[in-house]
Amino acid sequence: MAFSNSVAIAGVGETDYSRASGRTELMLTLQAITAALDDAGIEAREVDGLMKWWVDTSTEADVAANLGIPDLAWWGEVSQAGNVGAALVAHAASAIHAGLANVIVIYRGVNGRSGRRYGRGDVTGQRGRGGGAFTEPYGLLTPQHGLAMAARRRMFETGITSRHFGLQAVAQRSHANRNPRATFYERPLTLEEHQASRLIVDPFHLFDCCLETDGGGALVLTSADRARERGRPVPLIRAAAQAGSGVGSPAARIAKRLFDMAGVARDDIDVVQIYDHFGPFVLFALEDYGFVEDAGRLVEEGGTTVGSGRLPVNTSGGHLSEAYMQGMNHLIEATRQIRGESTAQVANATFSFCDTGIGTGAMILERGEP
Amino acid sequence: MSDAQTTTWRFERPPDLPTPEPEPEAAPFFEALKAGRLAIQRCVACDALAHPPRAMCRGCQGTAFDWQTVSGDGEVYSYVVTHQAVHPALTGYTPLATVEVALAEGPHLTANLVDVPPEQLEIGLPVEVVFEDVGDGVVLPLFRKRRGD
Repeated sequence: MAFSNSVAIAGVGETDYSRASGRTELMLTLQAITAALDDAGIEAREVDGLMKWWVDTSTEADVAANLGIPDLAWWGEVSQAGNVGAALVAHAASAIHAGLANVIVIYRGVNGRSGRRYGRGDVTGQRGRGGGAFTEPYGLLTPQHGLAMAARRRMFETGITSRHFGLQAVAQRSHANRNPRATFYERPLTLEEHQASRLIVDPFHLFDCCLETDGGGALVLTSADRARERGRPVPLIRAAAQAGSGVGSPAARIAKRLFDMAGVARDDIDVVQIYDHFGPFVLFALEDYGFVEDAGRLVEEGGTTVGSGRLPVNTSGGHLSEAYMQGMNHLIEATRQIRGESTAQVANATFSFCDTGIGTGAMILERGEP
Repeated sequence: MSDAQTTTWRFERPPDLPTPEPEPEAAPFFEALKAGRLAIQRCVACDALAHPPRAMCRGCQGTAFDWQTVSGDGEVYSYVVTHQAVHPALTGYTPLATVEVALAEGPHLTANLVDVPPEQLEIGLPVEVVFEDVGDGVVLPLFRKRRGD
């Protein structure tokens, strides 16, 4: 169906992750793209498509001019916020499948710590305008506020607790402790430390909240046939889909489209990445996507940890412990799992699931033979 | 008795929080507040209530609205407590509790409770609206523990 398995992620790349990159967002973007092209074995002059997060400040024109792209045939972005990574994969794969472009680079470069800090209400707030007229006068000023409100209600309805959130944070930290790229590579976390960490917006503790990161990342998409020339396992895009406004949980709505398109079952998935601006939403998404009925129970039994768990989740450390690249690092990690190159590798990963926005976009990769 | 305890704590609104800068379709909501009424946008064609106000009724695509004065009764649907001043207006005013109130008529409103300290908040708490003049001609709908039922 559609582009299923006709398009692959031929290369991935990222910069170092830091609190102060000392570089422009454009430079971070260009460095990530050249790393991804090197990984793919594809020259910059072969790139004919560019896609970006709507919030990314580096325009396709600037990127194309700096890379020396001779004929940009396809570009675009997906609106909303950080939550559009897999949607971009769906758009790009569709374009390649349709013959509108041959090599599309998806990029993200952001000074999220030294520049605009998304967690600050004076940076991202609406100053009482639009929907903010009904929330900001009462102290709901940032993304974490609205999400904390939803999380509290979910805790009330389902019995999931802060302890469960802590267990997931600890699992992800253990993955980051194996990943030299991760911000928290050398810093373990215990459940007790999670529970004792200061409250930011109750019910969110500090270690429920994502990092703030300077860095860049990029993916190179091209035909599966071209990607096979690299002579290593091929991360085939088996399915990718979006879910926007509507009724009910977007994850529940997207799950049907995505798994129908992929023609695989939840049990076929070997490894999972889920957008973790706030860690509790990883557990909610595991339930809403239909992986488990009770995510609290899953983490109680260590089910999301690589090695011991039956459903490893956020194996690079994720936004909580690797870097906050608005889903780009999840897409990269999902790809590395297929190639057998993760620092917390799941043995024989064949199907790799990646959500990039708590149900607003997700993809499934399949390992193809070279 | 218990009234004495609950009236000792009074919500102190951070004065630098944003005030509403509503879109035109939402202006009647704030005009009604100045007159001491909580009024929710109602679709003339199908009677559906909507909050925040919309340009079009999501049920029937109608674009004619009037404003239904509601009881102001509801219950706490969820709440958060801000401990870190993630906006300059919050500095010196944490912990600050914000609640989501489910009105008896259905719509949900974001608000603050004027007489319940953050540590005593709970989901399901019955509340009723009060009108808080925050200066510069702005009146906000806040809530207190429901009396007398």
